[in-house]
Amino acid sequence: MDFNLTPAQEALKREFEEFFSELEKSAPPNHTAKIDYCYEHEDAWAFHREVGRKLGRKGWLSLPWPKEYGGKGLGQIEQLIFQEIRAYHRIPGFDPGPVVAAAGVLERGTEEQKKKWLPLIASGETTWCEGWSEPNSGSDLASITATTGYEDGNDWVINGQKVWTTGAHRCSHMILLARTDPKAPKHQGITYFLTPIKDMPGIEVRPILRMYRGHSFNEVFFDNFRIPKENIIGEVHKGWYVLMAGMDFERTGVAFVAETRRDFDELIEFVRENGFDGRSPAEAAVVRHRLAQCLIELETWRQWAYYVAWLQSKGEHVPGESSAVKRFGSELMVKVSQVGLETLGLYGPLKEGSKWARLQGRFEYACQHDLGMTIAGGTTEVQKNIIAWMELGLPRK
Amino acid sequence: MNLDFNEAEDILRNMARDFMEKEFPKKLVRELEDDPTGYSPEVWAKMAELGWMGLLIPEKYGGIEGSFMQLVVLLEEMGRACFVGPYFSTTLCTMAILDAGTEEQKSRFLPQIAEGKLKMAFAFTEPQARFEASGIALKATPEGNDFVLDGIKLFVQDARAADDFLCVGRTSSAQDPREGISLFVVDARSPGITLTPLITMAYDHQCEILFQGVRVPGGNLVGGRDEGWPIVERLLAKAAVAKCAEMNGGAEWVVGASVAYAKERIQYGKPIGSYQAIQHYLADMWTDVGLAKRMTYYAAWKIDQGLPFDMEASIAKAWVTEVYKHVSRMGIQIHGALGTTRDHDMGLYFQRARQGAVLFGDPDFHREKVARFMGL
Repeated sequence: MDFNLTPAQEALKREFEEFFSELEKSAPPNHTAKIDYCYEHEDAWAFHREVGRKLGRKGWLSLPWPKEYGGKGLGQIEQLIFQEIRAYHRIPGFDPGPVVAAAGVLERGTEEQKKKWLPLIASGETTWCEGWSEPNSGSDLASITATTGYEDGNDWVINGQKVWTTGAHRCSHMILLARTDPKAPKHQGITYFLTPIKDMPGIEVRPILRMYRGHSFNEVFFDNFRIPKENIIGEVHKGWYVLMAGMDFERTGVAFVAETRRDFDELIEFVRENGFDGRSPAEAAVVRHRLAQCLIELETWRQWAYYVAWLQSKGEHVPGESSAVKRFGSELMVKVSQVGLETLGLYGPLKEGSKWARLQGRFEYACQHDLGMTIAGGTTEVQKNIIAWMELGLPRK
Repeated sequence: MNLDFNEAEDILRNMARDFMEKEFPKKLVRELEDDPTGYSPEVWAKMAELGWMGLLIPEKYGGIEGSFMQLVVLLEEMGRACFVGPYFSTTLCTMAILDAGTEEQKSRFLPQIAEGKLKMAFAFTEPQARFEASGIALKATPEGNDFVLDGIKLFVQDARAADDFLCVGRTSSAQDPREGISLFVVDARSPGITLTPLITMAYDHQCEILFQGVRVPGGNLVGGRDEGWPIVERLLAKAAVAKCAEMNGGAEWVVGASVAYAKERIQYGKPIGSYQAIQHYLADMWTDVGLAKRMTYYAAWKIDQGLPFDMEASIAKAWVTEVYKHVSRMGIQIHGALGTTRDHDMGLYFQRARQGAVLFGDPDFHREKVARFMGL
């Protein structure tokens, strides 16, 4: 085994490190890699956009894409390093576009579609949300029926409703899944569309506030919303398989490892500097051990993320391993944010901006925000089902 | 980056798995539980022929000069098979001699170890039952060219199989308990030594060793006099990683056996593995063991690279221990009453998980170490 990076990867890592640490110096004080926070705050959104364009100009939104489509032709490991360093420095600028939308186009798009969409996504000029969940279709995403489409001339006409659409009020584009053949078996009547949504007729976005008052979720209503046929990726009714084809793209979630680790490292620094007016919040062994346990699991999570990237870099299809990293990591984020809140004692619940708030209220935010991590993108329970069925071969019935 | 095993490691794993399946059935595991020496001389001789006793020993002393990663591979297979014998103990002592022994000592001990003729036990812990320097009270008093040892060593594995002990004693007392510690190779048949076997839940052949005026020649001092603690510290961290490998192997067996059982055991007309409660137990067990293995490999790689690894060793031991304890408990839950019986193998793993937990530092000990590494 060799855990070392190649000299080229080391050089790239230094380049990322220099760029992102420099960028961090000029960032607004509340900057974060957490994209929901960017959707929730004007200044964070502005910074997210500014960074997105910068990354686009550097070609860093498309590192693992083939060169012929504007990518750098790099591998999963390089992408992993990029995401890890970016997130550790709390730099946003990266949304589902370069991973999810691009994967669909790269895997199932026509040559014409690749030439149209990929440069747009890579430029950082577009921002992407995922129009997937519906009121009655969450974990069972393939059961969607609330958003339907029918053919009309050169367009498809979309009607119905999406929900939990993160960032729809900010984003310029949407990856939309709609039921186009209601008679077919559930996986075989869905179509995958890429569409602009900003200032378009026939679409209405309504906010859903999170418990902490943040506006990142939305309901999205379509009323005879038109999408040209050329915006269908893959075959009509075969959108489910476009979605699945993109699943092997980047599934390590290493950015989440890094953003959580950064918050945790700052917490430890605060504890070591006796942040309670000269008193340490970790005088008791039980507190020290709780913090040590978090570090143990954060390090272990990171090793696993690297392992998933390694397997993916070899072209292996790893549903078990990638479900495991998602389940473990998201549960750990919930745990670490809770430990952070508790370690800060009476200071813990103080919100960002309050006088006496510590660490910018990041744990108060994270312990509420991160609850969504074990739900979005496949709940913890769905991840366990995937491992049981696909990795361990246990019977589904 | 390359996170796969290399060809030599794959070959070793296949060879070890075949060997254990053929030579080390669970029947032998159970027989050796009550055997006074706790090993099978026939199996031991075959293992020596395969070169495993000299795995870490340089070629010039008759070994095969393997890596720590290879040891990890072998120990995983031993953990999987519930191997019984003084392999782990002898390997630990080998590491100390390699680390701190003189040329003369290396030439004297290592070829014999590699041939399988010399078995050793690590006599470290005492009634204070801790893995820190302050737990060492056994007195080693210089007398002419010799040292005279007086005191008690406790929880010493494989003491009755051992020809020699690697004994940690106190040659002088200082303010700092880490000073004044020395290591000795002690002939197990020296006058003044009394062994009292201790029966443990895993039947891992522990002993109390009473030292009463035991003379040890000065040439058996390993490392500098009074300067033994850093050697012990390095050894304990390596031992923790090695123990992790053994525990991971056991945990992996438990997951495999539990998945297989869940597929064949029918209740309410369906395999119990079709019920989501059981599926989720198994998915968690598989995930946790996978994470445990990767952390252990990372620590092992650092050892092979000569990089600092103390923190990774503690992270691994804390995590692996909790995982093995949990996985072996859930394995029994999935097997139902069958898993709780003497006849079923699951109990052997449950016992080893709990025994392994307290060896070379329990999770609390290692969490405290991690907390100190973090500056807390």
